[in-house]
Amino acid sequence: MTESTEVFDADIHAKAAEIIGRYPVARSALLPMLHLVQSVQGYVSQEGISFCAEQLDLTDAEVSAVVTFYTMYKRKPCGEHLVSVCTNTLCAAMGGDAIYKKLAGHLGENGTPLGHEQTSGTPGEQGSITLEHAECLAACDLAPVLQVNYEYYDNQTEQSAVELVDALRKGERPQPTRGAPLTDLKSAEQQLAGFFPDEEQFTADVDGPSAAEETLRGATLAQDRGWVAPAMRDEEANHG
Amino acid sequence: MADPITPVLTKRWLSPNSWRLSTYEQLEGYTAIKNALRKPQEQIVALIKDAGLRGRGGAGFPAGVKWSFMPQTSDPARPHYLVINADEGEPGTCKDIPLMMADPHSLIEGCIIASYAMRANHCFIYVRGEVLHCIRRLHAAVREAYDAGYLGNDILGSGFDLDITVHAGAGAYICGEETALLDSLEGRRGQPRLKPPFPAAAGLYAKPTTVNNVETIATVPYIVNGGSDWFREMGTEKSPGPKIYSVSGHVENPGQYEAPLGTTLRELLELAGGMKDGVPLKFWTPGGSSTPLLTADHMDVPLDFEGAAEAGSMLGTTAIMVFNETVSVPWAVMKWTRFYEHESCGKCTPCREGTFWLAQVLERMVEGRGTEEDIDTMLDVCDNILGRSFCALGDGAVSPIESGIKYFRDEFLALCEDNKAKQSDSALVGASA
Repeated sequence: MTESTEVFDADIHAKAAEIIGRYPVARSALLPMLHLVQSVQGYVSQEGISFCAEQLDLTDAEVSAVVTFYTMYKRKPCGEHLVSVCTNTLCAAMGGDAIYKKLAGHLGENGTPLGHEQTSGTPGEQGSITLEHAECLAACDLAPVLQVNYEYYDNQTEQSAVELVDALRKGERPQPTRGAPLTDLKSAEQQLAGFFPDEEQFTADVDGPSAAEETLRGATLAQDRGWVAPAMRDEEANHG
Repeated sequence: MADPITPVLTKRWLSPNSWRLSTYEQLEGYTAIKNALRKPQEQIVALIKDAGLRGRGGAGFPAGVKWSFMPQTSDPARPHYLVINADEGEPGTCKDIPLMMADPHSLIEGCIIASYAMRANHCFIYVRGEVLHCIRRLHAAVREAYDAGYLGNDILGSGFDLDITVHAGAGAYICGEETALLDSLEGRRGQPRLKPPFPAAAGLYAKPTTVNNVETIATVPYIVNGGSDWFREMGTEKSPGPKIYSVSGHVENPGQYEAPLGTTLRELLELAGGMKDGVPLKFWTPGGSSTPLLTADHMDVPLDFEGAAEAGSMLGTTAIMVFNETVSVPWAVMKWTRFYEHESCGKCTPCREGTFWLAQVLERMVEGRGTEEDIDTMLDVCDNILGRSFCALGDGAVSPIESGIKYFRDEFLALCEDNKAKQSDSALVGASA
């Protein structure tokens, strides 16, 4: 028995096999499989690396090389929640830098700000939070943005961000601006691996809000003003 | 003249539950595949060529031409693949994620038509990992499409088979580069490959592969239904069609505005309610941080592939980041340079070392410890990165620095002057002690 089979149960083995089945070549399963092992432990541990290596007939070194390349794979145990603040230029100019600094101070202890990818509280326990600064999160019209477990909280301020992390620390789960009801980092990682909750919950999650006012501004303006794209001709598009 | 806003890709976004199959079908969804799957593959490729559809991921390469590079035969030993680049991460770019959240079926229908045209039976949607809700919507849409018979075997009785796999990335900007994306999809570090061979010859698993951007492929069903002449009623001769312009930053109403290619910043600002609180514009990007900065003198540049290039920039992803007078250019450039340093994959020396040192020089300068010589050093380093890196990330890293210095050299110099003044002050203090 290797260590990894003690950490990862039969269900995870079955899921790993299912991931491999999605691809013509097994190694393509590595990225989702790493999300899967993060869903178990909240980070990619040495056992997690060995587990993936065994499933894919790779060496630990080959898997490690991949793990260390990607920022979403965490090498230390994370909090119940991962809070990612965009500090790329546009968000930073709109307040993102100030939000990150405020949260780092707020979550720090004894006057020491919490560092990048450091955790407030005991990793894995309720209310624990890992903080990171992130690069562009593709929501610039909603700047400054942050994410909790990769769900969007748009148009943030220092105050709203502090209120958000305080609620998370108390075990509350405020609804994202866009996204499904908040869960925790491990559940999010399982979904990133392509495994979703049962049908009813999944449908509810999928229907979580997505269309911010900003997203719809162009479409709304066009509707208000009666602007449309040129009409398509009735006859089937023909061309020679 | 087309209207100022031409909702094509965004036309369903206002509908309730726009992401569901039922909504999509009620609003002409999946009518284009019925049309396309009856036609010879070559005819679809020719249609996309005639329409002049150019890649919406930044480079603007004609999509139909790219498709025509794929082998025009089927060989079971050499399957073809279509890979959708949904790794949206270019700073300022935020069009593909809302598109996939609001109307994922338009992408799927485009994937079916494009796969058919290129004789691919497996399509991968490589979506960045940090957008869970978008990933969820894609998975749900793919499930719905399978259940309805739009995916799987013998689609609508056409004899054409297609599987779509949604694949979540793990946080690496470089995977937006098409060959790095392929390496990543193969389960490796996302590092670019040397070209040639191009993906059409040896792509995913060394098999013929085409990588297309989300917006490009989502446009395909409309061209199939409307025809190339209809498509060309929008935009310019060389840059036809509608385009989602993402306007962000110091404007009253940031958001997504789908307008004909060739729309100017002046027109976009008018749609977006003007500058926030009336504070004047200082600089902006036409298509993300990798496209050289422009200024208030460029308000009337037509934002199509030609117009942006003539103005000394690039259209990129039409990510219009707008910055007002309160923002320091050296600071903004320093922040972007840190980004490129962080995202450089490390494979080639000019980019890995260059971005590392450029970030340090800029940090020093912004902290008020720079010298005039630093400006020349940076331009020299840029010169050694531009065109000498493995992929376009290096070229992108150079863009904000060179354009920032070109238009706002005085601001860089002012930081150096402050430093010089401080140095001589302290020298005097030292002398008098």
